[in-house]
Amino acid sequence: MSKFKKDGNKNTPAVSTASLPDIVFMLLFFFMVTTVMREVDLKIKLDQPEATEIEKLEDRSLVDYVYIGEPMRTDLYGTLPKIQLDDDFATVDDIQDYVAQKRADRPEALHGAIIVSLKVDQDTKMGIVTDVKQELRKVQALKISYSTREKLDKNKF
Amino acid sequence: MARNKRELQEINAGSMADIAFLLLVFFLVTTTMDSSWGLSRKLPPPLLENQEPPPPIKDRNVFVVLANANDQLLVEGELLDISDLRATAKEFISNPQRKEDLPEFKEEDVPMMGKMMVSKQVISLQNDNGTSYNLYIQVQNELEAAYNELREELSMQKFGESYKVLEEMTKSDSPAVAEPAKEKVKAVRQVYPQRISEAEPKETGQ
Repeated sequence: MSKFKKDGNKNTPAVSTASLPDIVFMLLFFFMVTTVMREVDLKIKLDQPEATEIEKLEDRSLVDYVYIGEPMRTDLYGTLPKIQLDDDFATVDDIQDYVAQKRADRPEALHGAIIVSLKVDQDTKMGIVTDVKQELRKVQALKISYSTREKLDKNKF
Repeated sequence: MARNKRELQEINAGSMADIAFLLLVFFLVTTTMDSSWGLSRKLPPPLLENQEPPPPIKDRNVFVVLANANDQLLVEGELLDISDLRATAKEFISNPQRKEDLPEFKEEDVPMMGKMMVSKQVISLQNDNGTSYNLYIQVQNELEAAYNELREELSMQKFGESYKVLEEMTKSDSPAVAEPAKEKVKAVRQVYPQRISEAEPKETGQ
């Protein structure tokens, strides 16, 4: 009957996958541009608070990180918040050594520009954070940054 | 002669997708989205043993913010919600009606603006060891926002330029853009200097 229908037993052609590599490469470049290499293996639960008045840390090579939060393996390490420096758990007393060691890795002229970024879980109590800050003061690591996520400001829309 | 007639074999690109996927997965695993955004602060230098205590500050010049272990705020002796902190802090810093119980003013020479009344405000922040980090950041954020909003208003009024934009311009690579912006930012900051002092935390009930 129909004019357009030719013989019915003709196979539908396969969907061309020739553009698949292009699509995947596009995704790849997107991820390469937007992400950064992982600094450490996180051993703590890290859910950062949100803030609006934030600044970007420009030079990542001058930033050291101090992580504080509840351990992920609560069965092994308990639920009290712990400090993580590089890949290991540490105590408050290790902060001074950590800062000194990080300083030694860099030329002396840049020591004043080093920023310590505190990556702290939002449910942590301030006690441990204050202890860390006091230790940082003792070793003259005075530039700090409280790492936060960006909160969308409702007033701007 | 026969060779020329033979068609050039095309390289099979069928596995290109696989290779790209492999790379993609590698990047997904080894990288994070984690951002380097944060609230920048400067800690006070450690106290020396024989250091003289700083001169006392008049009560009217100090804006006291206390945070307790239940994440409640006591601002200037009154219980306050975090959402009202920004407005309260703004009123304290600028003291628009020159009220008696809000900070005093001192006349200062500010470059590019001439004589300005600069308030002697200080914000004092004290938290408990049991205060949550989240509340602490929210308080810091609201106080910073109060300063930034006042600076923004002043900058628009005096220079007709946004303070935020000026701050961005100071990071510019060309000195012709960065230098005048730096001067303006400095002038605005002199009128509204950020003075947040953090007292040693109190150990009360957890």
